[in-house]
Amino acid sequence: MKHDLVQHIKNDPNYALLVDKRSRFGWQLSFTMLFIYFGFILLIAFDPALLGMPLATGWITTIGVPLGLGVIMSAFVLTGIYVWRANGEFDVLIQKIKDNAKEEA
Amino acid sequence: MKALLFFLSGYVGLCASEALGGAVEKQPLNMSAISMFLIFVVATLGITYWAAKRTKNTKDFYTAGGGITGFQNGMAIAGDYMSAASFLGISALVYAKGYDGLIYSIGFLVGWPIILFLIAEPLRNLGKYTFADVASYRLQQLPIRTLAAFGSIGTVVLYLIAQMVGAGKLIQLLFGLEYEIAVILVGVLMILYVAFGGMLATTWVQIVKAFLLLSGATFMAIAVMAQYQFNFEALFTKAVEIKGAAIMAPGALVSDPVSAISLGIALMFGTAGLPHILMRFFTVRDAKEARKSVFYATGFIGYFYILTFIIGFGAIVMVYGNPHYLDMAKQAIDGGKPILGGDNMAAIHLSHAVGGDWFLGFISAVAFATILAVVSGLTLAGASAISHDIYTSVICGGHSEGRKEMKVSKIATIVLGILAIYLGITFEDQNIAFMVGLAFAIAASANFPILFLSMFWSRLTTRGALVGGMLGLSTAMILVILGPTVWVDVLGNSDPVFPYKYPALFSVSMAFISIWFFSITDKSQRALKEHEAFEGQFIRSQTGIGAEGANEH
Repeated sequence: MKHDLVQHIKNDPNYALLVDKRSRFGWQLSFTMLFIYFGFILLIAFDPALLGMPLATGWITTIGVPLGLGVIMSAFVLTGIYVWRANGEFDVLIQKIKDNAKEEA
Repeated sequence: MKALLFFLSGYVGLCASEALGGAVEKQPLNMSAISMFLIFVVATLGITYWAAKRTKNTKDFYTAGGGITGFQNGMAIAGDYMSAASFLGISALVYAKGYDGLIYSIGFLVGWPIILFLIAEPLRNLGKYTFADVASYRLQQLPIRTLAAFGSIGTVVLYLIAQMVGAGKLIQLLFGLEYEIAVILVGVLMILYVAFGGMLATTWVQIVKAFLLLSGATFMAIAVMAQYQFNFEALFTKAVEIKGAAIMAPGALVSDPVSAISLGIALMFGTAGLPHILMRFFTVRDAKEARKSVFYATGFIGYFYILTFIIGFGAIVMVYGNPHYLDMAKQAIDGGKPILGGDNMAAIHLSHAVGGDWFLGFISAVAFATILAVVSGLTLAGASAISHDIYTSVICGGHSEGRKEMKVSKIATIVLGILAIYLGITFEDQNIAFMVGLAFAIAASANFPILFLSMFWSRLTTRGALVGGMLGLSTAMILVILGPTVWVDVLGNSDPVFPYKYPALFSVSMAFISIWFFSITDKSQRALKEHEAFEGQFIRSQTGIGAEGANEH
């Protein structure tokens, strides 16, 4: 990438906004996923009996079943949240940066 | 111990190998399965013929011209992930251990959101054909490309061996063909798809297969649930009556936290370092489509794991103890209620129980198709590393004619195919359980750290990436060899030198720390230049300005 263009984009406030917002959002969601998954695994490692408890008195279905399926759902929901925000907000910012860069060039 | 073995077979679930290991009895020729499989082969060769006419240059060959949509690519990624064994292996694990099968499958899913949040878009914006493009973007081409290419080829070959051996055994079991014939058949078809149809054919074969597999599995799950009025409680109650309450709770799968975390890291970072998966991101038009691909892929894969959970429980209530599927010869020796062909056949027997002979044939044919599609993707990734990274970028210094590079990649495809057939036959009776684990360990400990830091850390230098990548790679290999899977199970020693089966926690840390250390202590002129080049790279990775576009067809 040409040096002038790099300087120009770097000084575009939209660029700083994009990098700041997107990386913060990406890391937040990543930590959420890591927290859910490793929380689930450590719960099993340290207290396996808990997940084996019936969901309600007299039930055969255990707490672990909705919890496990919940982890699967959460992965899908989190990716959905990211894509929804990226398709809107982030893509608008990227388009603005691109338009400004074109003017410069 | 049995639980441990199961954990292992599940881990290798991705590859069908250990899961289908051991002595497999050849079955009588299964005509309905063979005829359905032939239909699949004819259809996919038709796709290959169509794709071959559209594959004119290297860009078409490696990335299908960048013209795959996000939805199609998501389906293909899911197809790469849903191998025969993750279908048969995970449903078998649920069938045998109940809840543990679910825990296990979750580990394979949770890497995908992280890939989306952190690497999918920058990867698409920076790369052209292979992940080495990204890793070596601002670093020295020769050493970094070579390292990345070897990381790719190592991962691909280990994975291929596991798939080929699994394929041979599975086909023996399902179709009644000879092991050698099965392996050769898989190898030849895979060469045809990849050499002639390139990425376009490979992607469509994968999409067709993913669709068939998801449809078949959906039908099975619905057929099971319909018997219980779509009431999970009723299904579980019946299953517990048959197998006892233990199947509803975590068992021996996650017992020690270090192993559990190490496995989690291997699955998460390993997925983000598998060359045939990373390559898929270059087949779409732009970062936006790359992002959508992961969303769809996560949905399909998660849905598939929920189906395998239901299918495993379905097999408990409909296959376990059913005299039709009982292996009486084995029962006479070992007692219990073993099923024909072993636990890995649970889903296959269930397909017969819910849909009769023709549905059994359909599911068997889908299982075979699955193997074919997965090995094709692997071979294409391996061939690209050879032709694009080693031949063009290292040997020719980045200047080679497109036509010549195409030729090299086709030759590489054929060589890899023949190698896969040869290794598949050689390893028939070997204990190869460690191979997919090792492939994941290499991907997580060498490919991933270099790729990740090259995109996000401005201070990364060639020296750091090279030394750290090699240390990560060798730590992973040494710890796998000294660990229980090779030192005890393959070499026959009584105690492992390194106690954990999954080295990722240690080898990934080793890679990151040494890359960091050897980068910050690098005061060379070159290191300074590499640091300065980061800004331009980062802007491109974030905005896509200057990124490789798609071909117009």
